[in-house]
Amino acid sequence: MKSLPPRAEQLGIIRCHICDLVFQPTAKPDKAVRCPRCEATVHRRLPNSIVRTWAFLIAGVILYIPANVLPIMYTSFLGNGIESTITDGVVSFWNSGSYGIALVIFIASIAVPCAKFLILATLLITVRKHSRWARLERARLYRMIEHIGYWSMLDVLVVAVVVALVKFRELATIEPRVGILFFGTVVILTMLSAMSFDPRLIWDDKE
Amino acid sequence: MNDGSNLASEPHELRITPHRRRPSLIWLVPATAVLIGLAMLIHTWSSEGPKIAITFQTAEGLTAGKTPVKYKDVTVGTVSSIDLSSDGTHVVVHVSLIKSAYSLTHEGTRFWVVRPRIGMHGVSGIDTLLSGAYIAVDSAKSGKMTTSFVGLEDPPAVITGMPGKSFLLRTQDLGSLDIGSPVYYRRIQVGRVSAYKLSDEGDNIDIGVFVDSPYENLVTTSSRFWQASGVDLSVNAEGFRLKTQSLDIILAGGIAFDSPKHDRGSPAPEQAEFVLAKDQETAFAPPEGPASYIQLRFDESLRGLSVGAPVQFVGMDLGHVVSLDLDYDPASERFPTIVNIVVYPQRIGRVLGKLSDADDIQGQSATPHSRFLRSLVQRGLRGQVRTGNLLTGQLYIALDFIPNAPEVAFDAEARPLTLPTIPSSFDQMGDKLAGILAKIDKMPLESIGKRLDASLLNLETTLREINGQVLPEATKTLRQTRDTLQGMEYWLSEDSPTQQSLDGTLLEVQRTSRSLRTLTDMLGRNPEALLRGLP
Repeated sequence: MKSLPPRAEQLGIIRCHICDLVFQPTAKPDKAVRCPRCEATVHRRLPNSIVRTWAFLIAGVILYIPANVLPIMYTSFLGNGIESTITDGVVSFWNSGSYGIALVIFIASIAVPCAKFLILATLLITVRKHSRWARLERARLYRMIEHIGYWSMLDVLVVAVVVALVKFRELATIEPRVGILFFGTVVILTMLSAMSFDPRLIWDDKE
Repeated sequence: MNDGSNLASEPHELRITPHRRRPSLIWLVPATAVLIGLAMLIHTWSSEGPKIAITFQTAEGLTAGKTPVKYKDVTVGTVSSIDLSSDGTHVVVHVSLIKSAYSLTHEGTRFWVVRPRIGMHGVSGIDTLLSGAYIAVDSAKSGKMTTSFVGLEDPPAVITGMPGKSFLLRTQDLGSLDIGSPVYYRRIQVGRVSAYKLSDEGDNIDIGVFVDSPYENLVTTSSRFWQASGVDLSVNAEGFRLKTQSLDIILAGGIAFDSPKHDRGSPAPEQAEFVLAKDQETAFAPPEGPASYIQLRFDESLRGLSVGAPVQFVGMDLGHVVSLDLDYDPASERFPTIVNIVVYPQRIGRVLGKLSDADDIQGQSATPHSRFLRSLVQRGLRGQVRTGNLLTGQLYIALDFIPNAPEVAFDAEARPLTLPTIPSSFDQMGDKLAGILAKIDKMPLESIGKRLDASLLNLETTLREINGQVLPEATKTLRQTRDTLQGMEYWLSEDSPTQQSLDGTLLEVQRTSRSLRTLTDMLGRNPEALLRGLP
């Protein structure tokens, strides 16, 4: 640890994330400064990061309930229409023997959002506590959820494609239901939440 | 690590904290989420309908969470779960209805499963073949609310609220009828069988029929109903008779009704009771009145007489045969047949009233009845088996007045009444034939044969004599005759001397006669020549 080079804060310098200019801010820390070259607003840390992350996270968790309870899709096959929720889809695929598809839907729609909630919550709590526990692992987790974020939209994409394709009038029709809207919102909120989180905060404690 | 810097940063944070106390606008996002969630919750909660349980014999075709419940083809709920009843005899289907379906939870609401059914009366529920079964509802108009129902195993034929009237038919035999069997009025389908059940005593079947509007007024107080079931091929004393209805009735059977032309009657009230006759004729037959059982005893063979054969009184159908029993009479060592018949005296209608002591007959007591019968027997009423149809050999019982019938004793007190019988006309013919045969039998055929044999022997001897003696003589005679004829032929031939001399003689005669004629001519002209000679 001691062999590590000094950090920007310790040196009192800041980097503009637009034009990469490194300069010494004249204003006080935590206050918005402007880049002397490109005049972009430069922060040492993302402002209000933890609060915003919390807000988005909580909104996501709340909306995740109706997204799972409400039907996401209405499938009508020869006059027999059923509305199915995400869990219904997983169960029916699993029961019909398509374990692969069931697994993909489960991971994309249930496992990943839940993992994101848990990871973000953990990150927020540990950052708040200035914990020094497993910093490297936490940083890796954060990178992971940032990467897999948009993959949660798989469900929404599938519904969108299927709804557009399956329009055989009486024979077979698939229509979206309000659940998918909630699910899409949840995915967007978790992505916003992950974006609002400043991973630099993980390392930001008094060493 | 650096205590100085640590201390230096603390004042900053202390200063900044009150500045951040103002709640951030970002909290509007989770607040909106909470609001939306609450709205959804309230919406779901408020649109939650009643939950009911329906028991069925089987859950065939039903799927928890999928099978819809439909009322007038509108989905009003979904099967939420299917359980076995506690005693395991049936299934309990839990259904969550939508809020607007509260009116369907009246007691008496009927639930049944619509599955594809293929029957004689057509195909129903074909749409469920691909889409899967659903539970259909027929709401009861009133009654208290309840949450547990017993589902019907078969779809009801009549849905509440259909315009029309229900009637009750009573019959002994259901025939080929079933729920949904059509009801016809002049071969137009106007209704259908809605239900049937055995009466409490088990001797009748009560059939419920529903006649659709606007035909329900065709059912009047005097309407007659009969089974219009398909093909009616009957072989009876009247011969073969084949009656058919239209093709769909032949296949499926049905009920027909009509009113007598002379008596239309007024429209029958709801749930009016009628009797379902087995055919149109029976339906329109006059009311039968009380039946009388009469026993007949026949000494002859009754081959061709069957149970149900008609009993005719002076040509009128009066009843039918109900049983045939063989009896043994040790005195005569014969096997007479006991025929029990049932007659309906009211069938002869007004004749009965005109007959003597008619008032007594109308009385329900059987004694005046039998007294009346005794008077008829005294006048010559007898039972007789007659051939109704020579082709089929069917027999019937005729009650007829036989002239010069032998006097018989009639026991008016016996039960059942026994009517004297006379042998059938066919039997009488047989008797006569037998008499002829007996006479033939009495002829001394054997002695006749013997004598004939002796005569034939004599004849043979005579013939032998003729052969031995007479025939040679005869041959000889014939030969002589031939010779004679040959001689005659010679004599008569053209070149025989006799012929030639005859010719000459005849020429001479010709000449003579010619000269004689000349002489007479000359004498005619000159008669004096006789005296004077030729001038």
